[in-house]
Amino acid sequence: MEEKELQPKVKEEVPAKGERVRPGRIFVPAVDIYETAEALVLVADMPGVSGDRVSLDLKDSHLIISGEISQPMGEGETLLSQEYQVGDYYREFHLGEMIDKNRIEAFMSDGVLKLTLPKAEKAKPRKIEVKTG
Amino acid sequence: MPIIIREPADWDPFRELEQLQRQMDRLFRQSFGGRFPWRVGVYPLVNISEDRDYVYVRAELPGVKPENLEIHIRDKNLVIRGERKIMGEEKDVNFHRRERESGFFRRVLTLPTPVNPDNVEATCKDGILTIKIAKPEEIKPRQIKVASA
Repeated sequence: MEEKELQPKVKEEVPAKGERVRPGRIFVPAVDIYETAEALVLVADMPGVSGDRVSLDLKDSHLIISGEISQPMGEGETLLSQEYQVGDYYREFHLGEMIDKNRIEAFMSDGVLKLTLPKAEKAKPRKIEVKTG
Repeated sequence: MPIIIREPADWDPFRELEQLQRQMDRLFRQSFGGRFPWRVGVYPLVNISEDRDYVYVRAELPGVKPENLEIHIRDKNLVIRGERKIMGEEKDVNFHRRERESGFFRRVLTLPTPVNPDNVEATCKDGILTIKIAKPEEIKPRQIKVASA
């Protein structure tokens, strides 16, 4: 296998929309979205966010994921050099599929959110048998 | 906990690597007229901070397991290398979006202050790697008592 080297990316900031109570920047998390026969799976990179600081909101087909980071530095620390910015995460999606809201699963580990959105029964592909007679 | 390896004193590849990195940067800058906007550094990007007793090096490495990380330190030189693997790459799926990347990385950096390489701690929490390195006694600020005559 060929060795693939990772390239750094500058985090993309969310365009300001209304005013927030919490100070600081907000970034767009990088996501992978894939579809299986059963579900739509969304994986988002949100480094610095622990499981209890993620919030998910699904209204109709509108999904909002957001995460708040915990304190990036300890008390009494001063920054000597900064290459990346820290801040919260926010991203909105419009889901084309019908989702079964009652079976949504979310799992957070090592700063990565994995969201499994099971398709509603009627959205699942169904094989239609053609009868010959 | 990631592995921390202390190198024997007579081996020093770090300075050479660092020099090479700098030369490459210079070459890029020259050939692209002083600007190379999409090159922002070497993965992972790091933030360095300090307090009275320690220097902290932090990097955002979401989804990187501690067992896939290797950290070397010698004098003021620190090397972070590893691999980021991405789960869910099964065959039977249909990708709508792929923004997350997998691959290898190696970052060589020189710390801004002298450190004590025998006192290093590295932890991974919520996808953030923190390397905490103690400062040697002789560079810590000291309070001087003013004696009254």
